[in-house]
Amino acid sequence: MNSAGRTPTDWKSGAMQRRIARRYAAERRFRLLGLASVLLSAGFLAFLLFTMIGNGWRGFTQTDIKLSVDFPASTLILDPAALEGFGARQALAGADFEGVTAAAADEQFGEGGARMLSDGAWLAVRDAVAAKPDLLSGKANIWVPAATAIDLAAKGSADRDSEAAYARLDAADAVRTQFSTTFLTGADATDPTLVGIWGAFKGSLITMIATVLIAFPIGVLSALYLEEYAPRNRWTDLIEVSINNLAAVPSIIFGLLGLAVFLNFMHLPRSAPIVGGLTLALMTMPVIVIAGRNAIKAVPPSIRDAALGIGASRVQVVFHHVLPLALPGILTGTIIGMARALGETAPLLMIGMRAFISQPPGGMTEPATVLPVQIFLWSDEVSRGFVEKTSAAIIVLLVFLLAMNGLAIYLRNKFETRW
Amino acid sequence: MSRAAILFLILGLALVAWASARARAAGFAPGLGAQRPHSRPGHHGWYVALWAAVPALIFLGIWANVSPGLVMGAALDNPAGQALPPPGLQRSAILAELRGLASGRIAQGFQPQAAALLPAYKSSALHYGIIGAVAAVLLAFAGGAFAFTRVSPQFRARTRVERVVMAVLLIASLIAILTTIGIIASLLFESLRFFARVSPIEFLFGTVWSPQTAIRADQVGSSGAFGAVPLFWGTIFIGAIIAMIVAIPLGLMSAIYLTQYARPVVRKWMKPILEMLAGVPTVVYGYFAALTVAPALRNFAAAIGIPNASSESALAAGLVMGVMIIPFVSSMADDSINAVPQSMRDGSLAMGATTSETIRKVLVPAALPGVVGGVLLAVSRAIGETMIVVMAAGLAANLTANPFASVTTVTTQIVQLLTGDQEFESAKTLAAFALGLVLFIVTLLLNIVALRVVKKYREAYE
Repeated sequence: MNSAGRTPTDWKSGAMQRRIARRYAAERRFRLLGLASVLLSAGFLAFLLFTMIGNGWRGFTQTDIKLSVDFPASTLILDPAALEGFGARQALAGADFEGVTAAAADEQFGEGGARMLSDGAWLAVRDAVAAKPDLLSGKANIWVPAATAIDLAAKGSADRDSEAAYARLDAADAVRTQFSTTFLTGADATDPTLVGIWGAFKGSLITMIATVLIAFPIGVLSALYLEEYAPRNRWTDLIEVSINNLAAVPSIIFGLLGLAVFLNFMHLPRSAPIVGGLTLALMTMPVIVIAGRNAIKAVPPSIRDAALGIGASRVQVVFHHVLPLALPGILTGTIIGMARALGETAPLLMIGMRAFISQPPGGMTEPATVLPVQIFLWSDEVSRGFVEKTSAAIIVLLVFLLAMNGLAIYLRNKFETRW
Repeated sequence: MSRAAILFLILGLALVAWASARARAAGFAPGLGAQRPHSRPGHHGWYVALWAAVPALIFLGIWANVSPGLVMGAALDNPAGQALPPPGLQRSAILAELRGLASGRIAQGFQPQAAALLPAYKSSALHYGIIGAVAAVLLAFAGGAFAFTRVSPQFRARTRVERVVMAVLLIASLIAILTTIGIIASLLFESLRFFARVSPIEFLFGTVWSPQTAIRADQVGSSGAFGAVPLFWGTIFIGAIIAMIVAIPLGLMSAIYLTQYARPVVRKWMKPILEMLAGVPTVVYGYFAALTVAPALRNFAAAIGIPNASSESALAAGLVMGVMIIPFVSSMADDSINAVPQSMRDGSLAMGATTSETIRKVLVPAALPGVVGGVLLAVSRAIGETMIVVMAAGLAANLTANPFASVTTVTTQIVQLLTGDQEFESAKTLAAFALGLVLFIVTLLLNIVALRVVKKYREAYE
């Protein structure tokens, strides 16, 4: 036997000990490298969220200036009695609040004082008068939104002139920064102090409703067909291949499809939620079909066999037994697909949903914009006031997405059945 | 009567038909053997309801397409109509205004001819509207009545209804094919029109991209140059090189750590957190890249003395895109490492290899095809990504390998070409479809290859 001649490895020798130490060090390095990459990836996410929240929370606040308007001394010709009952709206529309506000600002803060107020400051004065007509009989202090420069100065990032102007206002106790509902209730505007997210949010909501109404029935029905009834032949193979490929097609291609088919061929209205919904539905449908098929596949065959055994037809088996059992899984997949569609921007740019819309849309065919497109539009704005508004809109979008994904996880945990 | 009212009327009739047929079928004697009714009452109800609703709805659909022509024909059949100018731009403008006036979209017209025709148009619209409504309701009644007479214990309503259900299911699943055909057809059709103006050779191999077509013929640069090579290079540079340099090491090492080293609790929490990276909307990444990453990189480049540092650098877009892609790589790597048979891992560990040696020398080589497939899928995802590059990469079509310089990509140019105010026929807008076609084909090929690699690999261990 040869083995008798071999000397066994001496594990205690210095060379061996060093070798083992080297290998263990490599092991520790490798492990640390893995941990580092996990932490780095998570760190990116944290940094992203931190940046957005850091920039964005101030977008929900607004700086107001206390403006004292001496109505009897002003050029405003408005009878307080005209503001009661009918005709109040007309009386308000006819009055020159814009000039009065500018004049009051110039008087209070010196020449150029009107520039310290937002372009929409006169709206605040008008609304105050409409709410309390007896203001007109004397001198009144009204909080009006400040211009972007003052707003930025109040939040600590502006040029020297604005800082000085803000310091003067602050010394006179004529300025405050507080949470404002303008951002949550308004629509797009040209002045960053007047913009709001509600118009885009409502557009997103209407578009999502259109998407789910189109994509969900089609997706569920085709998942049922492919999983339960389809014979194995060339046609069903073709359907399967197309669905799998559609799931991987870049979203911008769906935008090109929407532009060529829905706008140029079918002449549907541009910028309308219905077109956005159709485009996003085509994009979301494959996701729903794939999720639906997995959920249907998970229903055990014994359920089908039992139903067939007591005389149900194949349609009854599916609609009375398989579909209800698979529905939680399908819904989870649908919500995840909808969340993806909600964050989608590129296809909607292609079909013209990037127009400037200053009114929340009222229906499926009215021009609208959606949250992610609004973020994109604001990010292109030159005015510095839009930076915090863009980040604030991103916070709104992320919260909405988080809520949808949370709902999907909740549904999965609550209704998931282990067979 | 408005279209919606007729629709509701027909659906109401169908509901009545459903209830009455169901009630009648419920009254059948529950016999035994041959006397036992074939179908359940619900099936009879659905059968009659379908007969009441479907023919009437099909008729309404056809009528909505036919009646505008009939209405216009009748409205023009009078002296005022015959006095209209011959078919052309002016005539169609008058007719469009006439339609607008009649529907109330336009409050006040500009053309006297349109106002003159309005009464005739309105009366003929009313005339044909009543005809359509009456015919649809009659059809609903006739269909419902015909079906109702067939309700009997022997009638096989269930078979008929289920045949309709199967047809609906089949149609729903055909929509996927229709969408694919629609994508291919629209891309091909517009691209062919583009290639009729610009030769495909020039498009695929030309190195100058400047799609500005002039408004006036004598303007400088009126020809426009459509050489897409700088775009292809920019796309590959950002999506397949820079993004992958970030995503492959981070994604692979994260997957290895989470599957092999991490405690179950850590894995349970960290995996969804990493997957959140893929769930963040791309517009958010784009804004982040443009607002935070790009200025930092430009300052860094200026500090270490790199010339031509642009604030819209390829590096900024590529880095952020790489971060977005991490979860794709890591979840594919996770799957393929988990699919390696336990016996291979156990064998290696039993021979005295450390965990990291097992991973590097056994698990990763065995899982390599799956990892490669995942990387290919990630590349296809990265080159189709739009918002990050639109917001963070530039518009200058440079052919450069300097990561701090500005490059442009296929998707950026598609957005750029299609979002301006452009007539649809110009070579500039058509070029977007040609770029889309190239993008579609490349991502399709990448996906097919990737799925085939992954599938083959799975079969090897099953």
